Amino acid sequence: MTTYSYDDDSVVVIIGSGAGGGTLANELCQKGIPVVLLEAGQRQSQATFINDEWPSFEQLSWSDTRTTSGSWQVAQDFPTLPAWICKTVGGTTTHWAGASLRFREHEFRARETYGEVKHANLLDWPLTLAELEPYYARAETKLGVTRTNDIPGLPGNNNFKVMYNGATKLGYKECSTGHMAINSRARDGRAQCMQLGFCFQGCKMGAKWSTLYTEIPAAEATGKLELRVEAHVVRIEHDAKGRASAVVYANAKGELQRQKARLVAVAGNAIETPRLLLNSATAMFPHGLGNGAGMVGKHYMRHTTGSVFAEFKEPVHFYRGNIMAGIISDEAHNNPERGFVGGYEMETISLGPSFMAAFFKPGAWGRDFSSVMDKYTHLAGMWLVGEDMPRETNRITLSETKDRFGLPVANVHYDDHPNDIAMREHAYTQGAAIYDAVGALRTHRVPPYPSTHNMGTCRMSRKAADGVCNAYGQSHEVPNLFISDGSQFTTSAAENPTLTIVSLAIRQAEYIVQSLKANAA
Amino acid sequence: MSDLKVSRRRFLHASGGLLLGTLMFTSGPIALMAPSQSWALEMHTLSSPLGSQLLLMIRRIYPHDTMEDAVYAFAVKALDERAAKDPSVTPLLLKGFAQLDQKSTAGWIKLTEAEQVRLLVEIQDSEFFKLVKGAAVNALYSNELAYKHFGYEGASFPKGGYLMRGFDDLQWLPAPPAVASPAAFS
Repeated sequence: MTTYSYDDDSVVVIIGSGAGGGTLANELCQKGIPVVLLEAGQRQSQATFINDEWPSFEQLSWSDTRTTSGSWQVAQDFPTLPAWICKTVGGTTTHWAGASLRFREHEFRARETYGEVKHANLLDWPLTLAELEPYYARAETKLGVTRTNDIPGLPGNNNFKVMYNGATKLGYKECSTGHMAINSRARDGRAQCMQLGFCFQGCKMGAKWSTLYTEIPAAEATGKLELRVEAHVVRIEHDAKGRASAVVYANAKGELQRQKARLVAVAGNAIETPRLLLNSATAMFPHGLGNGAGMVGKHYMRHTTGSVFAEFKEPVHFYRGNIMAGIISDEAHNNPERGFVGGYEMETISLGPSFMAAFFKPGAWGRDFSSVMDKYTHLAGMWLVGEDMPRETNRITLSETKDRFGLPVANVHYDDHPNDIAMREHAYTQGAAIYDAVGALRTHRVPPYPSTHNMGTCRMSRKAADGVCNAYGQSHEVPNLFISDGSQFTTSAAENPTLTIVSLAIRQAEYIVQSLKANAA
Repeated sequence: MSDLKVSRRRFLHASGGLLLGTLMFTSGPIALMAPSQSWALEMHTLSSPLGSQLLLMIRRIYPHDTMEDAVYAFAVKALDERAAKDPSVTPLLLKGFAQLDQKSTAGWIKLTEAEQVRLLVEIQDSEFFKLVKGAAVNALYSNELAYKHFGYEGASFPKGGYLMRGFDDLQWLPAPPAVASPAAFS
């Protein structure tokens, strides 16, 4: 097993082992670059994953305290759990459902396409779809995305049958089992999906792509990777020239360690990444590392979401098989005539009784609530996911509350924009119409869950004053500091973020390799 | 070994209460898999009367008429575990039921279901109510008996998933075309 000394300042230190960090680590190791990968959580495996919602949640989730504020309903329903993301090797790629969609061309030009939207801070990406396409293609090959590379689509389950029939009756044309990073056939040393119905709990088949059992072991096989688990980073240090020089973390025993670094890449998800930069403030960077423009933590996006569940006379058993078993993309286009800019996707979702009870209508009790639970086997469900507006007032800041190391935890502030509210209303209405079209007895609007899609808090921008990093995720201010997760996103687009995070990481790795050779980072 | 002469019941009485019950629905999904028609829950901290009151209160909060008390007992167990860890829990529960009892002459437990619920609505913002509801929502719906009750099949990996066990067995709607939903095997 490869190990590097704490004083080895030739290593690239990557913080976080999920879609961004895990992919970047492997891409760099494949090019012979020494990498220390720091992961706050423990290492699980297909053998240790648990087919039971709450025990699995305890095993995989990031449950360290966070605080919330703002008018979003999550702050009311889950005040200390704004996000549903993971603290484990593989990060949230253990929990994600596998939906792997490319962003649309116009979504890289949101400001230009939508025009000025009041009380939003829209910006075009410093990157076009055409520039990202080759990397999307490489990411799709890496992940084994269905309906790419001649990989067949997944077979649709009962929940999909209900969605498909309703969608067709409404005249929707773009409904299928979608583009999924779940093996419809055995591929790349991983098994075919057996429709377990526990995508969110870590795939015990390994049929769903996760950096845990793809990128990370591949990187380890190069002899260039040292993965340190239960390594919770507390700050990034810099030298007298203002270059990142070391990463300080607490190990499993709570002892602080300092790992020197040639270059630092942060991929702690869009809440912890800005928190870490803000907690790394010094005399030279009084507002946080790389925060000269004051943009770190701003423009937090979490997608406009909600779910529609419907009760039917006949059974559905929606928990059987893929969680995101199918998708409708007809509403994902930009059509301002609907009363909002941007679009949304509709994706099937199912929950076990444990999570249904917790998330269906948080806080509700009595017969209205329990009568829905009584129909559990007769429910169908879909999740609505759409582009939300970046706002500088929606942001991650340092809270008054401190963690076990005495550091301020992240406060997550979010107010729904009028555009978000109009989109959610439209999506709820369409979702219910789909189920009504196939004879739903009752439909239910389910409020947003804690955020799994977290984006935008260290956004890419052409001008240094507008964001935190450039089109390669490189800090505008600290040339050897990179942002490698969804924090980079300039806007959220309507699509699930993982495929774009992976594509950006592949592209960033190429740039880092070149920069290290040219001594330009 | 004269210690063994101390009856199990007496031992339990000394350390905490006991909830006893009989399955109500003899042909229900739980009775069909249960080894016995009677069940017992040993509590470490809470007394038997407090356990019974809690069980009824949780049944009123999350009413499932055909759900066995044995399932509700899981939620009582969760509160008993909390009480064992946190000494402020038992006094809060006792005070909560005392306040509920004060709201009627007969005592809350003797009221009709509608009256019981009406009084619970009055106190739904209290710490007492939130504690019971919060513990119950996670425990009541997250155990094997509840899964059986609702018809949820639980862990699927040990059974090989649902690919061969009904993931697409819905018959009351037409099957989507292969272009939207390809076959699992070519």
